[in-house]
Amino acid sequence: MTFLQQALAIAGKDLRSEIRSKETVNASLSFALVILMLFSFAFDPGSDQVREISGGLLWLVYAFAGTLILNRSFARELVNDCLDALISSPASGAQVFFGKCLANYLLLMVVECVSFPVFIIFYNARWPARWGLLLLVMLLGTWGITVIGTLFSAMTVNLRLRELMLPTLVYPMLIPALLGAIRLSTVLIAGEALETDDQIWFKLLAGFDVIFTALSLALVEIVLVG
Amino acid sequence: MCVMSAVAIEGVWKFYGDFPALKDISFNVDGGACLALLGRNGAGKTTLLRMLAGLSKAAKGSITILGGDARAEKTRARIGVLGHGIGVYEELSAFENLRLFARLYGMENPRQIAMEWLERTGLDRVSDGLVREFSRGMRQRLAVARAFLHNPSLLLLDEPFTALDDRAIAVLQGLLKGALAEGRTIIMSTHQLREALELATDVALINRGKLAFRGERSREMLEDPGWLYRHYGEA
Repeated sequence: MTFLQQALAIAGKDLRSEIRSKETVNASLSFALVILMLFSFAFDPGSDQVREISGGLLWLVYAFAGTLILNRSFARELVNDCLDALISSPASGAQVFFGKCLANYLLLMVVECVSFPVFIIFYNARWPARWGLLLLVMLLGTWGITVIGTLFSAMTVNLRLRELMLPTLVYPMLIPALLGAIRLSTVLIAGEALETDDQIWFKLLAGFDVIFTALSLALVEIVLVG
Repeated sequence: MCVMSAVAIEGVWKFYGDFPALKDISFNVDGGACLALLGRNGAGKTTLLRMLAGLSKAAKGSITILGGDARAEKTRARIGVLGHGIGVYEELSAFENLRLFARLYGMENPRQIAMEWLERTGLDRVSDGLVREFSRGMRQRLAVARAFLHNPSLLLLDEPFTALDDRAIAVLQGLLKGALAEGRTIIMSTHQLREALELATDVALINRGKLAFRGERSREMLEDPGWLYRHYGEA
């Protein structure tokens, strides 16, 4: 089987398990909606202040809600020692990792696509005119969260305090990607024109994704087997 | 019977922190042999089996499996592992579990392989049932099917008879006898001496991380399973 076929088999398995158990998507989605609602009480919807922080607000919610999905990614393999069965199969660590990234990415995108319209309603914002560009920012930013989060999910899988350790380790690593995603999302949601300087944030997001995907694929075998 | 070494372990050490779990273990297992890996709890049997399965690495020494490195993809495709956990997914059906592993092992026609093994283990009537709804015995039979479905040349079994019901023991014994008749190699750690020694051609005893005995299974061992521990084990 090719690299992609093995990875898709693992992604399919994770998605099928999640569709049946709904354990992470329900938790992540509920958390995202509650946080959006609570922030809407703290800020005046439709105000300039909200417009200025809209990107930050959105990506903090995505990052927090994302860790709920990412935390379970490798932890679910501990039940019945499935991780051992997976690692002892011919699928390489990189294939296992990439398959899990694909499943996590899809689940995170679902949470984001559901919570974004809720954000628009709660904060009295307009649907962005350049929604295609915003979707591109979401795709790039979410892949960054997914790759880093999935790698650290593998690293922390055997720790007792993994629910605490994962966000502690992941958020500092995500700073460059979050900076880019927040800046671009703020501009696009506010309906302002993208300046020439903003292109560097797109490049940063894309570069972050490429570099950390390559690094993670190279390192995950050591993380899983030692 | 093939006499080439299926497994070659050379000066292997493993540490957990400063604690040496395995100390300078060296022995070979010939192709087609069935080795009973014996020892008290905490002796290091599971640690050694995990290294053979490519699930952890030795701190020192080398392990060669079927002529290659334990973590090589080709080697892993020829090893069947049945550990303490059953290694099957609760939220998937029996059929989906076996089809997944058949795919991961690169089998042609995973669907057919999965159905064949469900039949062989008597689970064909519940093939669409989710594992979380299965009884313990059914889960164990499914785990046996997962470990055997790719016709592995080397079987690594960690206490395979523990907590099995009568039906699962019969299924497993039948499969192990069939595997031996086909010239496959088996290494199994166990505390059930009688069942293990009946199948075994060879015996290795590990005592506090050290190899205390390695040899062929003898008549004395079969007649008196405690003999080995009295002569080579801890007092």
